[in-house]
Amino acid sequence: MPNFLLVYRSQPYTAADVSPAQMEESMKRWTAWITEGFTNGWMVDPGDALLPDGRKVDVNRAVTDGPFVEAKEVVGGYSVVTAPTYEQAVEYAKKCPHIDDGGHIEVRQTAGLGPPKG
Amino acid sequence: MKDTSLLVEHFFRHESGRLVAVLARLFGLRHLDLVEDMVQAALLDALQSWKLKGVPENPSAWIHAVARRKVLDSLRHRETVLRLAPSFARLRPDFSEQELNDHFLDSAIEDAQLRMMFACCHPSLSREDQIALALKALCGFGHAEIARALLVSEETIKKRLQRAKRELVANGVELAVPPASELPARLDSVHQCLYLLFNEGYAATTGDAAIRNDLCAEAVRLCDLLCSQPQCRGPASHALLALMFFHAARFDSRVDTDGRLLLLEEQDRSKWNPTLIGRATYCLNRSAEGERVSTYHLEAGIAMLHCSAPSFAETDWPGILRLYDVLVRIAPSPVVNLNRAVAVAQIQGPSAGIRLIEEQAEGLKDYPLADAVLGELHRRAGDHDRALGHLRAALARTRSEPDRELLRARISKCESLDGTSRRGTI
Repeated sequence: MPNFLLVYRSQPYTAADVSPAQMEESMKRWTAWITEGFTNGWMVDPGDALLPDGRKVDVNRAVTDGPFVEAKEVVGGYSVVTAPTYEQAVEYAKKCPHIDDGGHIEVRQTAGLGPPKG
Repeated sequence: MKDTSLLVEHFFRHESGRLVAVLARLFGLRHLDLVEDMVQAALLDALQSWKLKGVPENPSAWIHAVARRKVLDSLRHRETVLRLAPSFARLRPDFSEQELNDHFLDSAIEDAQLRMMFACCHPSLSREDQIALALKALCGFGHAEIARALLVSEETIKKRLQRAKRELVANGVELAVPPASELPARLDSVHQCLYLLFNEGYAATTGDAAIRNDLCAEAVRLCDLLCSQPQCRGPASHALLALMFFHAARFDSRVDTDGRLLLLEEQDRSKWNPTLIGRATYCLNRSAEGERVSTYHLEAGIAMLHCSAPSFAETDWPGILRLYDVLVRIAPSPVVNLNRAVAVAQIQGPSAGIRLIEEQAEGLKDYPLADAVLGELHRRAGDHDRALGHLRAALARTRSEPDRELLRARISKCESLDGTSRRGTI
């Protein structure tokens, strides 16, 4: 079964007006979603969040420092799920709390060209 | 990955209060906004990381490490240094990492929260501003939650917070435990604020139940912190904590399964929490060491007599009346008079209670509760016409829906009794 990378995109990371109680609530929803994925076998790797800082290397190998707050959206994190079809992977993404948190998710099937496991 | 249920309830909220207190101590009260931003950023970092990677073994230590890093980062950051410039001289520029770490020791965090408590309850602030600021800075409530808790708009809360912060700076309020000479008066102010905070949660019968529980729990937590500090514990602090525990013990029995309010006499006493009653009794005993009797002593004493009665009928009303007699003398108020009249009615009969309330009619004219009590006393005295008149007057002026439902139930009870008695006479 192929793997799909879920890329979490959203407005640039800000310490917006999220109250601690809302954080707790968000935390609960994420844990529930990830737990459901592991329980039903479709969660391969919950992934990680990305820090707002960053570097950009251009074609001349010149390096620009982030955070790239002028960008309309930033990548805030990723997870890997497994599913028989795109449709199914999209169903998992639809239930992801990132959507409720106001972001959107890019779903991409991996080509499976990585080194063989084991 | 650790389960979220292992994440202590209200972890983010509590850490927010702890970190704001610690960082405000480092940066000074005038930079409270900057401090709140830093704390917010540290909490968001934790949220981002934990939601995908799971909660670490020691989440507090994790978050404190992030907060320390944010402090060091912002001190290095030119913009922050410029914002801090006026008071920067007071912050040691060679601020060592070790010194910073010392501020995150448990005892230092408690000390910082205590200082913050005195600042939030500073007498230069109005009572409503004190409560809003305490909820934000000490309890980690968001604007929307404070608004829901206090039943006012979010805009109003923002204004109160801005005003409170401005006043603290304008009055040069320091984050410090007041010197011994000022301590009693300042402690009074803290007690009153915590008492109101608890009452906001306990007395309100509309709005979000979970938020109201949190208000009471926060008032208890802060009062408990006060009682754990040698310079602040003392008879009045212990009496206030006892009072809160006695009330909290009855919290769950105040409504029935449909969420309808129950009167003291209708409550299922087996639902009263014996652990909390035990803690309350312990605190009340500890409060008995001083010379001065505070209103908290008397109110806690009254609550204790209610909690220790096996049934409503077996309540020690003469004991309660004696406490109200003292309360009326040292802290007279229309509500105290009304409550005292209820105790008198229990001992001498409803007419004696009615007479007392009517003598106080002028002072009680703004309290719909007085009409509700008069209605009940007239009903007990068998005068259903008068009872109905007062209950309807109370209903016309009561806005809280659970209270209105309670009144409507009493009115229909009175009407049906009225009908029976008329049929009986024909």
